[in-house]
Amino acid sequence: MGTYILRRLVFAVPTLIGISMILFLILALAPGDPLAQFAADPSVPPEVRENIRRQLGLDDPIHIQYLKWFRSMISGDWGFSFASRAPVASLIWQRLPQTLLVVGSAYVLSVLIAIPIGVLSSIRPYSWFDNIATTFAFVGFSVPTFFTGLVLILVFSVNLRWLPFIYDSTLRVNSFETFILQIKQMIMPVTVLALFQTGAMTRFVRSAMLDNLPQDYTRTARSKGLAERTVIIRHVLRNSLIPVVTLVALGVPTIFSGAIVTEQIFRINGIGELLIKSIQNSDTPVVMAITFIFATLVVLFNLIADVIYGILDPRIRYD
Amino acid sequence: MQRHRNRRTLHLLGLLTILSLLIGACAGPAAPAASGPGAPAAEPVRVGRGVGDTLRILYWQAPTILNTHLATGTKDFDASRLILEPLAAIGPDGSYVPLLVEEIPTVANGGVEDNGRIITWKLRKDVKWSDGTDFTAEDVVFTWQYCADPKTACTTATYFVDIENVEAIDPHTVRVTWKTPRANPYFAFTSTNGRIIQKAQFANCIGEAASTAEECQKANLAPIGTGPYKLVEFKPGDVVTYEINEHYRDPDKPFYKNVIFKGGGDATSAARAVLQTGDTDWAWNLQVEAAVLQQLAEQGGAGDLVIYNTANVERLLINFTNVDPALGDERGQLNHPHPFLTDINVRKALRAAIDNRTIAEQLYGPAGFPTCHLLWYPPYRSGIEEFYSGCEQDLDEANRLLDEAGWVRGPDGVRVKDGMRLSLLFQTSVNPLRQKTQELIKQWWAEIGVETELKSVDASVFFGSDAGNPDNIGHFFADIQMYTTGASEPDAITHLCQWVSSEASQRENEWRGNNNMRWQNAEFDAICEQARASLDPEERRQYALRLNDIINEDVAMIPLVARPRVAGAAKTLKGYNPSGWDSEMWDVANWYSER
Repeated sequence: MGTYILRRLVFAVPTLIGISMILFLILALAPGDPLAQFAADPSVPPEVRENIRRQLGLDDPIHIQYLKWFRSMISGDWGFSFASRAPVASLIWQRLPQTLLVVGSAYVLSVLIAIPIGVLSSIRPYSWFDNIATTFAFVGFSVPTFFTGLVLILVFSVNLRWLPFIYDSTLRVNSFETFILQIKQMIMPVTVLALFQTGAMTRFVRSAMLDNLPQDYTRTARSKGLAERTVIIRHVLRNSLIPVVTLVALGVPTIFSGAIVTEQIFRINGIGELLIKSIQNSDTPVVMAITFIFATLVVLFNLIADVIYGILDPRIRYD
Repeated sequence: MQRHRNRRTLHLLGLLTILSLLIGACAGPAAPAASGPGAPAAEPVRVGRGVGDTLRILYWQAPTILNTHLATGTKDFDASRLILEPLAAIGPDGSYVPLLVEEIPTVANGGVEDNGRIITWKLRKDVKWSDGTDFTAEDVVFTWQYCADPKTACTTATYFVDIENVEAIDPHTVRVTWKTPRANPYFAFTSTNGRIIQKAQFANCIGEAASTAEECQKANLAPIGTGPYKLVEFKPGDVVTYEINEHYRDPDKPFYKNVIFKGGGDATSAARAVLQTGDTDWAWNLQVEAAVLQQLAEQGGAGDLVIYNTANVERLLINFTNVDPALGDERGQLNHPHPFLTDINVRKALRAAIDNRTIAEQLYGPAGFPTCHLLWYPPYRSGIEEFYSGCEQDLDEANRLLDEAGWVRGPDGVRVKDGMRLSLLFQTSVNPLRQKTQELIKQWWAEIGVETELKSVDASVFFGSDAGNPDNIGHFFADIQMYTTGASEPDAITHLCQWVSSEASQRENEWRGNNNMRWQNAEFDAICEQARASLDPEERRQYALRLNDIINEDVAMIPLVARPRVAGAAKTLKGYNPSGWDSEMWDVANWYSER
């Protein structure tokens, strides 16, 4: 097991270097300008913009820019954002709490909801419960988040005035009242995201369960006289979790990258918002940092998923 | 039509969510009509320091840095204005308002000498930085030194490059010497670009250190200022929170204990927040479709639109060079004139076919007026009767001009001359308003036998300055392009004279010349030369008017819509008086709330 993990980690290095080179190349080839906002403004003439580009190192050839970036990245320096002239690491660090809180709790919530619903649906397929769950699942993943977000805002903020639609990231939870405020401002974005993610996951759990229910080992377990509950949870569910674990584990890195649309609608200004703004403003150091961390997490969670297989299914061996 | 569609969408949502409550969005209490241009005037009210609780400001772009000299957008300049101030502001009428100085220097009071080459500012003696230390002439000198170093890479460098020297005569007197006599000696240290930064805080930040040293990176995000508020916390790209600067010079101000400056989201929901739900007290730049904005303003009940003048005009720019891809490297070079746009009759016909009024009223609503002139605002013109006359739509005249020029309609209705089709490529940035304007213009041009191909480019690419980017406004590899620009100061000469012949954007200057139309007009060049040398304000005004007229006579640009800025204010908010020549937050110290 140890050597397997070590081998996978060693192989990850060239993968990540390759990814970073491709990312950098795409960014360098994309047109755009960190000072584009000033273009039609005669008070920032071309000479000034040219000078700033030079100071930011944007006039170097691509390979030199990449080598510079790579060298400082190795030494733990992610560079500074062109837009705020602040270290990239501190920007990401500042955005992480609200992204983890909102997107993370939506993710946990959707896993917690999807597994029981999927299991219940599969036990009695095509029952009324299954039909309702299926309807919700299809609505959930076919309706885009910007639509559900706007509907919720219209109903709960504009008409009922129950919930705020501007996320206050300066709120400190230090009393019961502030805790309630925090919950209130999280309800809508979390619902939007959870609705979207639960849909797909419910279908996954349901179909994995349906694959395992008619298997011989299920019949054996039942004929041993085990309680139905034990059969479903200890035997069928455990075996059905393998594809679900892949889905859940590979979904975890997406929590880090945030939810671009939902963050924009509710003004959560997390990592997703930082990424999209930085892409729009050609803020290369920030885009590189976020996408590279994301790539690393994907590689890492792939590995984690593989390791968990072994725990769920002792037949899987790594040597 | 737009309104009908909007209502239908709302009803659709209502059915989907099975909530009849939703239909209530179309009803609601009626609000008084929005105030017109010229906005409510600020009365000097004694409101008392710290009486109010929290002022909530909402920008749909989020500030990312608070040191304006390195900032990249209006949102940064505005968020910073609560902290960093210039020596003097420019009020809504274009006149200078003293902030950190006792008076505005003039020739009469001896503050301006040598034809505007030397200007002496007398600083107020009661100004302190928010850390309690004295504000002195050394800070002003330092601000110049900071940006005078090209390695600092100040985005405001233009305001400092023509300065020969800035010296502290005594702790409260600072003298600015320009390299040449100037019509506007107040150019530096005033308005939104002239913020004074504290020497003690930024002393080690001149040059590359400005962006790379840890100490300077911290200072850029948390500058110490002389303004009414000081920083509590700044999350770049998200939110700024402020509290009262206890050392602010006016003991009665500011009114609010705290300010929250939130960024992000989109203009429509920002408009909703200020006009309808009351989730914010001030919302910036409500670039929202006319029908939606009007409906929110009339039925929202929580806030009013605040409309104030700027110099901005949405215009069509005409390409005077041939950009046929077949020319390869020679595209857009001056020695390849445009095959038909160089014909003034064609240009006149294109202008005559456009109905500016429909564009302004249907698409821009309260945020636009039809205009025939680039200089539509005081002191050049006052009132819509003066700036919108003489360019009304006249399709017959347009057709006649093209007939006269020898353009004959082909079988498909498109005019042809010498085997050449009257076909245009028309580009602009991606923006719903601009795409709708494009569609309207395309239809009108089709009526006079002109074929139009529309192209829209992402704003950061369209306005980018990358030499390798063929889709930006500098390359202008299209026949017509559309965007908004305008003078950033009341005197329009510098702005208009960017279109002199020598500024033509060419391969040789990496497509960075200001004159991206490659328009060549000897009379325009000659008047710009005279105007630049003139020091008399009235003479300069006359020159500017003449330049405006030459642009119209030669149809180099086609002005479409004059664009005042539109903000939203809660009904309880008072005391604001936004200026189009300065930051929207220039008078934030005067703002207060009425219960």
